[in-house]
Amino acid sequence: MLELLSSYGGMLTQGFLNTLLASVIALFFSTVIGTLIGILRVSQNKFLNQFANAYVQLFLNIPLLIIVLFFYTAVPMYVVQIGGFTAGIIGLTIYTSAFIAETVRAGIQSVPAGQMEAGLSTGFTYWETMRYIVLPQALRIVIPPLGNQFINLVKNSSILAMVAGMDLMYYGDLIASETFNTFDTYILVALFYLVITLPLTYLMQRLERRNAAHS
Amino acid sequence: MKKSIRLLGLFLTAFVLVVLSGCTAGAVANQNIVERVEETENPTLIWGVKADTNLFGLYNIAEGEIQGFDVDIAKALTEEMTGDASNAEFVEVTSKTRIPLLKNGNIDAIIATMTVNEERKKQVNFSDVYFAAGQSLLVPEDSDLNGVEDLTSEHTVLAVKGSTSAQNIREHSPEAEVLEFENYSEAFTALQSGQGDAVTTDNAILLGIIAQNPGYRLAGDPFTYEPYAIAINKGQEPFRDEVNEALDAIIENGTYAELYHKWFPEEEIPDLG
Repeated sequence: MLELLSSYGGMLTQGFLNTLLASVIALFFSTVIGTLIGILRVSQNKFLNQFANAYVQLFLNIPLLIIVLFFYTAVPMYVVQIGGFTAGIIGLTIYTSAFIAETVRAGIQSVPAGQMEAGLSTGFTYWETMRYIVLPQALRIVIPPLGNQFINLVKNSSILAMVAGMDLMYYGDLIASETFNTFDTYILVALFYLVITLPLTYLMQRLERRNAAHS
Repeated sequence: MKKSIRLLGLFLTAFVLVVLSGCTAGAVANQNIVERVEETENPTLIWGVKADTNLFGLYNIAEGEIQGFDVDIAKALTEEMTGDASNAEFVEVTSKTRIPLLKNGNIDAIIATMTVNEERKKQVNFSDVYFAAGQSLLVPEDSDLNGVEDLTSEHTVLAVKGSTSAQNIREHSPEAEVLEFENYSEAFTALQSGQGDAVTTDNAILLGIIAQNPGYRLAGDPFTYEPYAIAINKGQEPFRDEVNEALDAIIENGTYAELYHKWFPEEEIPDLG
């Protein structure tokens, strides 16, 4: 295994950095988009509500691979030329945002209805109440499930390997098929993933504890 | 006791019969095919062909027969050697079964996308080359690529993960970027989407892709040499010489070119050297 690391370490590091970069970008955008869609899901505006609902149902219920392949093959053919790395990040962002939207919606709905009513009756608008009263409470509740979504996102980023996105899994596949040392290669790849996911888990747990101490 | 002796006798008889039948099979394999063809009234030649390879030997369910370049060449050779193409009989073979079937005498010759190599030459004799197979580049019709030497660092070549063709292209044009996919269909889809400039693998496979997707062509001649030839059993040298003569004859009289254009319409006839 050390031999493998010494001769293919460069490739693995390159893949690791790409996976990390893809994860960070997708994590940021999917959180923003997911939260927005989650708020729209409980909105009283019928049109926005329906739109958010359709978005979530569509992307929650089709495989990630198909979303990514769509952005890799169909979009470059008809819209704009994007490579595997970009297509992978877009697909990953959209897919994960649907899950985050559902998580955020559940969080908002778990805040007692009285909070919203109290906000409105003190003269806040709907959006102000949402922004200052409901969301802060909801986000606190959804931190643990959100953490799971983040971990899933990092692991799902291995989908980039399918569209030659130069991530950790792509290089892992290449090394495995070149050396026929499949077992050791994937153990190494798994260790690299742990380097990202374990600190992330730790971070989410700390955030959770700090919040518990506050409330 | 008596019963068991009788049973033993039965087994022995069966064993002897099996061994004897084995000998006859050996005798068939050793029989001189050229003599057989000359002595028999309506001699048949039995060819081993692929039934699962597009363009070379593919079973056509509607027609109920195997069709392809290999099959047509075999028919043309049979006509040349026996006077009638319908004397050709076809037996379906795979890469695994073809040499044992030839050695046992079940088939007279193999014409089944078989690449000539040293390892195989130890087991069978090969005729002259009838198809110049090798690794090639598949590009869109309007591409400016005309061979592996045109590839620069600006170009992206699409290949299949872990394949020899992926390693070959890195050796032949170290500058070009190589993206690797799970299989040919994914690599070809990526080419269609403009994710790369060419797909690389054996030209026989690429020709199969072109047959189903117009608007693409091969860029130049193959840049590796893995030619297909007809395999004939050891000890059948006279038959091999006849096959070579027949092959020369159909190349001379234009039948070969006709068949080549029938199966690979857009391609130039390569120099078989």
